[in-house]
Amino acid sequence: MQGRDAQDRPLRDTDRPLPRPAHDHRGDLDHPHHHHHADAGAGAALPHDSNALISARSLWLSRSGRTILQGIDIDIAANEILTLIGPNGAGKTTLVRVLLGLEASDKGTTRRKPGLVVGYVPQRFEVDRAIPLTVARFVGLGRNAEDEEIARVLGEVGAGQLGDRQLSELSGGELQRVVLARALVRSPSVLVLDEPVRGVDYVGEAELYTLIGRLRSEHGFGVLLVSHDLHVVMAQSDRVVCLNRHVCCSGVPQSVAQHPEYARLFGPQAARAFGLYHHSHDHRHDLAGEPRPPRATDRPSGAPSDGQ
Amino acid sequence: MRALFAGIGLAIVAAPLGCFVVWRRMAYYGETVAQAGLIGIAAGLALSLNLTASVLVVTLAVSALLVLLSRQQIVPFDSLLGLLAHAALAVGVIAASLVRGPQLDLMAFLFGDIFAITSTDLRWIYIGGGVALVALLFVWRPLLALSVHEDLAAAEGVPTGRVKLMFVLVLALVVAIAIKIVGVLLTIAFLIMPAAAARPLSETPEQMALFAAIFGALSVALGLFVSVTFDTPGGPSIVLILALIFAAAIFPTVLRGRR
Repeated sequence: MQGRDAQDRPLRDTDRPLPRPAHDHRGDLDHPHHHHHADAGAGAALPHDSNALISARSLWLSRSGRTILQGIDIDIAANEILTLIGPNGAGKTTLVRVLLGLEASDKGTTRRKPGLVVGYVPQRFEVDRAIPLTVARFVGLGRNAEDEEIARVLGEVGAGQLGDRQLSELSGGELQRVVLARALVRSPSVLVLDEPVRGVDYVGEAELYTLIGRLRSEHGFGVLLVSHDLHVVMAQSDRVVCLNRHVCCSGVPQSVAQHPEYARLFGPQAARAFGLYHHSHDHRHDLAGEPRPPRATDRPSGAPSDGQ
Repeated sequence: MRALFAGIGLAIVAAPLGCFVVWRRMAYYGETVAQAGLIGIAAGLALSLNLTASVLVVTLAVSALLVLLSRQQIVPFDSLLGLLAHAALAVGVIAASLVRGPQLDLMAFLFGDIFAITSTDLRWIYIGGGVALVALLFVWRPLLALSVHEDLAAAEGVPTGRVKLMFVLVLALVVAIAIKIVGVLLTIAFLIMPAAAARPLSETPEQMALFAAIFGALSVALGLFVSVTFDTPGGPSIVLILALIFAAAIFPTVLRGRR
């Protein structure tokens, strides 16, 4: 059954004047022990960000005695790519499911902007062969779209020639693109991708993230991207939230990668891998084959500049 | 003639519904609901009610019970269905023989009696079946979307709970209507066999429903012909033809060893 938004805690913060912009607490890194005062009961909960596409406050969730989400605050803004990273079992997928309303949190509130259109690429997509389905028809299940519209989004993700194929005949990489096309055909205001590169090779992974970055620039939707490592995601992310049941640290990619909590979670290798990444950054553009003038997606410096 | 009209009408209603039973892997669920229908028959006989109406009450009640029982996870759902299907059958057979005594013709209820269709039964098939068909068309897109991937559909805003409820209600209605014709033991066969036979030939969901309707109608016509010619029972003859159609349809796929 579909989860409902958890509204069990009265939103007491609305009447409280805002001491600072809502994004401030994550744009910088002055809260390395964020989780200590993120407790719902501490009275420090921030109000929902009214500009955010999806805004969640003090999310708590336990399953069979294990507390998976511990007082999570998160906002997804329009035109930003927010990447959620964390080790296995950190609660990334659970958090995404709560944000999408697929699961209810035990405590805390989730606000979705009225009229929000969600495009979703779930973590695992197993094709059910019992249902005969062409690729075009599958994409059309996202929205009752014209054939030309479906062909257009398939072209946009580089799957233009797949329209008449059966969904069950696709390779992992092709399927990934087709599911992305279904999300895009909805003209989403927020695109949610849960580890979209499972079963895709390394080059395919880089290509997919470049594609997502480009689509964001063109369409201006917000993107929530889940990844188990920071490696390739970095260049495309505006903001990174590092999750290990609580929010360990958050901020622009560079600052998260240098953060002690991040090093503790992923080990020193991760930090070194990030250094390596900087080297490979230069020829990622060659790989993509499309040298593009300074892209908004590469915005390297500073906190997300929400001019709202 | 009445038998033919009844059978073909049912085949057309059963085809798209049977496709969803196959896609949603609810064959055993449907079997359980159908076998519980015997309790409805016993109750209808005892209280002298319209049998289809009393069966409908029972199939709806069993559907509600199954929804409740699916909320626990200690006993796997398929075991639960196996348990309930046979418990219901036992209760139904005992109740029916208590009501009617030893002269009860159990065969007619277990395997249906298509040649004993009354004009009231025909009305049930065409009006009830029509309602079921319209209801199914109404939820076709969202039901298809959630059958392909439930979480994806839910994230896209499909009210999955309501759509699934609608499907379960339509299934209970069609099972209740079908029991009079093909009996509690063959009802699910009549739903899933045309759909299964249609699968290897289909490229789209709608094509599969259409082929299923054609196979269902064809098997009714051929089955009745066989039944009249060789004096075999009606329901089982139809199901036998369906099995042969399925075998012919799946054979090339098996030979190819793929898909």
